[in-house]
Amino acid sequence: MQGDAPVVIPGADGLNLVPSVVALDPIPAGGGRPTVTVGNSARKALIQTPERVIYSVKRLMGRSLEEIQTELKLFPFHLAADPNAGQPDPNEVPRIQLGELRFTPPEISAYILRQLKRNAERFFSAPVTQAVITVPAYFNDAQRQATKDAGRMAGLEVLRLVNEPTAAALAYGLDRGNEGTIAVYDLGGGTFDISILKLREGIFEVLSTNGDTHLGGDDIDNLLMAVALNEIHAEHGVDLRLHPGAVQAVRKAAIEAKILLSTETMARFDIELPNGDRYQREIPREVFELLIEPVLARTAGPCKQALADAGITPEQIDEVVLVGGSTRIPAVRQLVDDLFHLAARGKKPHVELNPDEVVALGAAVQADILSGASKSTEEMLLLDVTPLSLGIEALGGTVARIIQRNSTVPASATEHFTTGVDGQTNVAIHVVQGERELAADCRSLARFDLKGIPPMSAGLPRIEVKFLIDADGILHVSAREQRSGQAAQIEVKPTYGLTDQQVESMILDSFDNAEADFAKRLLIEARNEAETILAAVERAPRSPAWAQLTSDEQKAISLASDYLNKVKLTENSGAIREATLILDHATRRFAELMMDAAVSSALRGKTMDSAGEELDEAVTAPHAMAPAEFK
Amino acid sequence: MLKVLDSAVPVACWSCSIGHNDFTLFCPNCSKIQPPPGGDYFSVFSMKPRLNLDLAALEAEFHRLSRKLHPDRFARALENEKQWSLADTALLNDAYRTLKDPLRRTGYLLKLEGAEVGEEHSGKNRVDPSRVPADLLEEVFELNMQLEEMRAARKMGEEDPELQASLTQAKKKFQALLEAVDKDLRAEWTAWDEGNEVARGIAQDKMVALLDRRRYLSNLLRDVNETLGD
Repeated sequence: MQGDAPVVIPGADGLNLVPSVVALDPIPAGGGRPTVTVGNSARKALIQTPERVIYSVKRLMGRSLEEIQTELKLFPFHLAADPNAGQPDPNEVPRIQLGELRFTPPEISAYILRQLKRNAERFFSAPVTQAVITVPAYFNDAQRQATKDAGRMAGLEVLRLVNEPTAAALAYGLDRGNEGTIAVYDLGGGTFDISILKLREGIFEVLSTNGDTHLGGDDIDNLLMAVALNEIHAEHGVDLRLHPGAVQAVRKAAIEAKILLSTETMARFDIELPNGDRYQREIPREVFELLIEPVLARTAGPCKQALADAGITPEQIDEVVLVGGSTRIPAVRQLVDDLFHLAARGKKPHVELNPDEVVALGAAVQADILSGASKSTEEMLLLDVTPLSLGIEALGGTVARIIQRNSTVPASATEHFTTGVDGQTNVAIHVVQGERELAADCRSLARFDLKGIPPMSAGLPRIEVKFLIDADGILHVSAREQRSGQAAQIEVKPTYGLTDQQVESMILDSFDNAEADFAKRLLIEARNEAETILAAVERAPRSPAWAQLTSDEQKAISLASDYLNKVKLTENSGAIREATLILDHATRRFAELMMDAAVSSALRGKTMDSAGEELDEAVTAPHAMAPAEFK
Repeated sequence: MLKVLDSAVPVACWSCSIGHNDFTLFCPNCSKIQPPPGGDYFSVFSMKPRLNLDLAALEAEFHRLSRKLHPDRFARALENEKQWSLADTALLNDAYRTLKDPLRRTGYLLKLEGAEVGEEHSGKNRVDPSRVPADLLEEVFELNMQLEEMRAARKMGEEDPELQASLTQAKKKFQALLEAVDKDLRAEWTAWDEGNEVARGIAQDKMVALLDRRRYLSNLLRDVNETLGD
């Protein structure tokens, strides 16, 4: 938060978005464990070493081995081979093979979170230990738990999981004093959510939510890719599907075409094939819209269900907020317009905030609410709901629902169980989440035994089991036997997800937690930045742009670089960063001249890429990063 | 991860040990949050059990209490306060969810008064043939026949406009019956709220029967709607 407004912290590359791409770098020459790269720089590795890269890991979070199989057909990742080949344990968390190593989805996710944590620490020049993390509203208990585990592995205490559409509503509602009923339509890369909220005097009460945790921009990319791959196979006789790197090149082209089609009526595929042929094709927007229509149509059902569950008609929706990169697609906006009768009522959906950033802004608002320290959010309170009904498997495999979907959380239910046989000391309970009639069709959350029941005649023990869904949407279970009078707590064991010990062993590094280590890392980073800009300055006189500087400017640069050369030897990371910023400032005009030169050389026929590389080399200065504001 | 919550209820306030916390969410002496009190959902809103409720006032009170109890307000509090905020807010939410809905509220009050109330059926046999209200037997049997024919026709990919019209007609009829039940229920609410013990006993018995009938009718309508594809 800066003042009353949340801001997005840029990454080391100066960009606000850190794509959820994680790459395993090659094993270092001297051996040892390879390092992990996250974000835009990992993206480059997708084409070169696709077997070492994973993206959209969110789609794999908290999913069972069985659920993940269908998902993996569409993605280039591979499950790690089972070490004890033969029967895989269905309760075991699946592991993804990246290069030589294997990772659980929460571990991959933890690498992304650690990167974000580091970006924030650079920004604040202080350790960051707590976080509010957003999740798709339609995430089930297992997916939420996996997300929390990832936070812990990244060295973060997760204060709250906030549902993404709700976070977006918070971001929009912050300074508006809005009253009324709003719908948030959130179509992101891998997930779709719809939430309906009532805003009143700072209370954001979610009335209903629905969605699909595997529906999003990835599906659109896959459709476009399939067109290209099929046509390439048919017309050029090349099956690119056998070349993972080439598939990723096609994927990149598909994404670029998709993005272009949001503003243009025509996009082109122009892909060089391994045999030197070119695959070229025009994609008119109408063709694209026909192609993706089935994907978009899948968002209509959840919207209608959410309206029905909230007990309102489309006309009663006062505002619609669009969230997620995929809502930039005109056909998506048209669909939303149709669903909520917007144009007919002279309304337009809200798109003022960047749909890729609005959720993060809302999470910052929620963090501010939790800190309880800020005037601007003190009247705000979020009342969210559980997206899925909670049930217990009853006789015959049917589900007895104990907490209905769209119940405000925290929510609880108390059930009583007894024994069927004399002297029985265990009772098995199977907890599921979902809307289907049969337990087998729902997501199994936990099977546990109520153990240690005092031996009594059948039907006599009265075991009270309390189910509680907390404000994060995560289930807690406690049980006690009432009849024996000893009211002993009964042990409850989960049978899914990672155990506490497993999470503990996967914590990325204690490095992040220790104060001294933190200072050391800041120093290393500050020195790296200093070295980068000093190297660029050293090359500067060889550049034609150097001659265009006045002698005063040249002198200022050499003074600043001398100063930085001295300061960088101290242990004071703050002073090094300051000296770096001074040099950065002194070289700003030089960087601009270099930029102009690179652009004009690009215009003279060089490709943008090589111009970009020159830019990278010459203008490497620490990205312009606003100094942190402290209150 | 599953964990065990302690829901033991101490008698004296955990913080000041002066105030007693029976049936209150906050200590009357020091205002600190307390473990979930005993007592029914109505007492959460400081009300005596009743069936005619001012829903706007209920919502306002729900919001007021949410602001005070919600775990977001206790993010930096003591561990025990966090736990109680969680448990108290769950109680508040459970109470609000039950009381704001007319049917849940009625069912809850009847259970409080010790009446045997039928449970919502789940699974395939939602329409339990043994519970058909006697006066509807003939119509229900005919309707079920038509529903079967309709499903069979659908399976074969055929449309039967005549059957469709007849089902739509039946749907309207059962809808009207459902509305009549709701009207009767409301009359009994007032009888219960304003009556003495004897009148309440009579109203309770009537409401139990009306709820049974209503459940039956609404399940039937759901089947009709599903079959008609509405």
